[in-house]
Amino acid sequence: MSGHDHGDDGVSRRKVLECMTWAGTGVLWTVTGGVPRSLGIIDSAQAATAAAPGMSFLQISDSHVGFDKPANPNALGTLEEAVGKINAMPAKPSFMIHTGDITHLSKAAEFDNADRIISQAKLDVHYVPGEHDFLDEEVKFYRERYGRGTKGQGWYSFDAGGVHFVGLVNVVDLKAGGLGNLGAEQLAWLEDDLRGKSKSTPIVLFAHIPLWTVYPEWGWGTEDGGRALEHVKGFGSVTVLNGHIHQVMQKVEGNVTFHTARSTAFPQPAPGAAPSPGPMKVEDARLRSMLGVASINFKQNEQRLAIIDTPLQG
Amino acid sequence: MKTLNRRDFGVALAAAVLLPATTARADDMDVHIDNFVFQPAELKVKVGTTVTWTNRDDIPHTIVSAGKFRSKTLDTDDKFSFTFTNPGDYKYFCSLHPHMTGMIKVE
Repeated sequence: MSGHDHGDDGVSRRKVLECMTWAGTGVLWTVTGGVPRSLGIIDSAQAATAAAPGMSFLQISDSHVGFDKPANPNALGTLEEAVGKINAMPAKPSFMIHTGDITHLSKAAEFDNADRIISQAKLDVHYVPGEHDFLDEEVKFYRERYGRGTKGQGWYSFDAGGVHFVGLVNVVDLKAGGLGNLGAEQLAWLEDDLRGKSKSTPIVLFAHIPLWTVYPEWGWGTEDGGRALEHVKGFGSVTVLNGHIHQVMQKVEGNVTFHTARSTAFPQPAPGAAPSPGPMKVEDARLRSMLGVASINFKQNEQRLAIIDTPLQG
Repeated sequence: MKTLNRRDFGVALAAAVLLPATTARADDMDVHIDNFVFQPAELKVKVGTTVTWTNRDDIPHTIVSAGKFRSKTLDTDDKFSFTFTNPGDYKYFCSLHPHMTGMIKVE
């Protein structure tokens, strides 16, 4: 396996940008001693999973089922490949989170196809919607499938393996000229949801659009994300997992680790590297080489991330 | 003084097309979406003008002017038209990518 470790000396901006060029399939997370620790994207995760005790979970994102444009004419096929890799893992994760844009155009058939493939992993899946999942006229297909038991536009929380998970919705009621949006109602709910939780409880927030400002010129950020982060101040371990930008990006601020996952459908350019954030067309052979793996390790009492990127080919 | 016949009216319309694109005139006008940008971002039109937006991106977009008009989701090469019957400034944006904004000034 080839790869390079960016972790030990910290992550320079240049190296982060290198990492962002890979498109992958999913990220496996494990929780040992209450601290989430990313073991990498599927393949490279296998060996680590076997060795690592504790609860592990998987993140996939941006499957865009229905997308058939030149950047990837068969987004359903690459989702199926990703699920195949999940099924090939020797140690099964406890569950999966999907950070939105399940479908490309919110068509019933796209949701059905996505479910048909994702369910083959035989894992519980906790979804949050992307803006591509709320496009049907009545905005009902996502809610009918995944909204049961959720609050407001679809936010909710649950506990697993000693970790408190919070699924947030930041793709509704977006304002002209603005970014992603959580809204006052959801923020009030979040504050209430976290009230009384022990500060030693590890918190995982997940939402589609990055909760931190990645690149506002392309709308890559959440207008009131900072207010959500105020509510998790004081917790010893906070992990923020997002999708939307179809590339790996991460940063650590104090006890908060931010991470965005790759898409299973198509890559998008690094911020400012193209005229727009639209799907990035690469040579067929390179697309496969970009379906890579990455591991992100959270080490207790360390603020720096260790990142290992490994392409599947080349 | 002759009544304007149908053929002469056609000539007048043809002449109008030759005027600069942003000149106010009750003809149909187009806005394209390329690379997550409305082009032109600002358009001046006469009352009665129909503006047609065409999405030329590989990603869906919408055209939304709060309280005024709202398109369905436009996939690649889909179009949305709106006829402006009242003067005013119509700010609009893409509800999926709200950093995309535009303006139609109707005189």
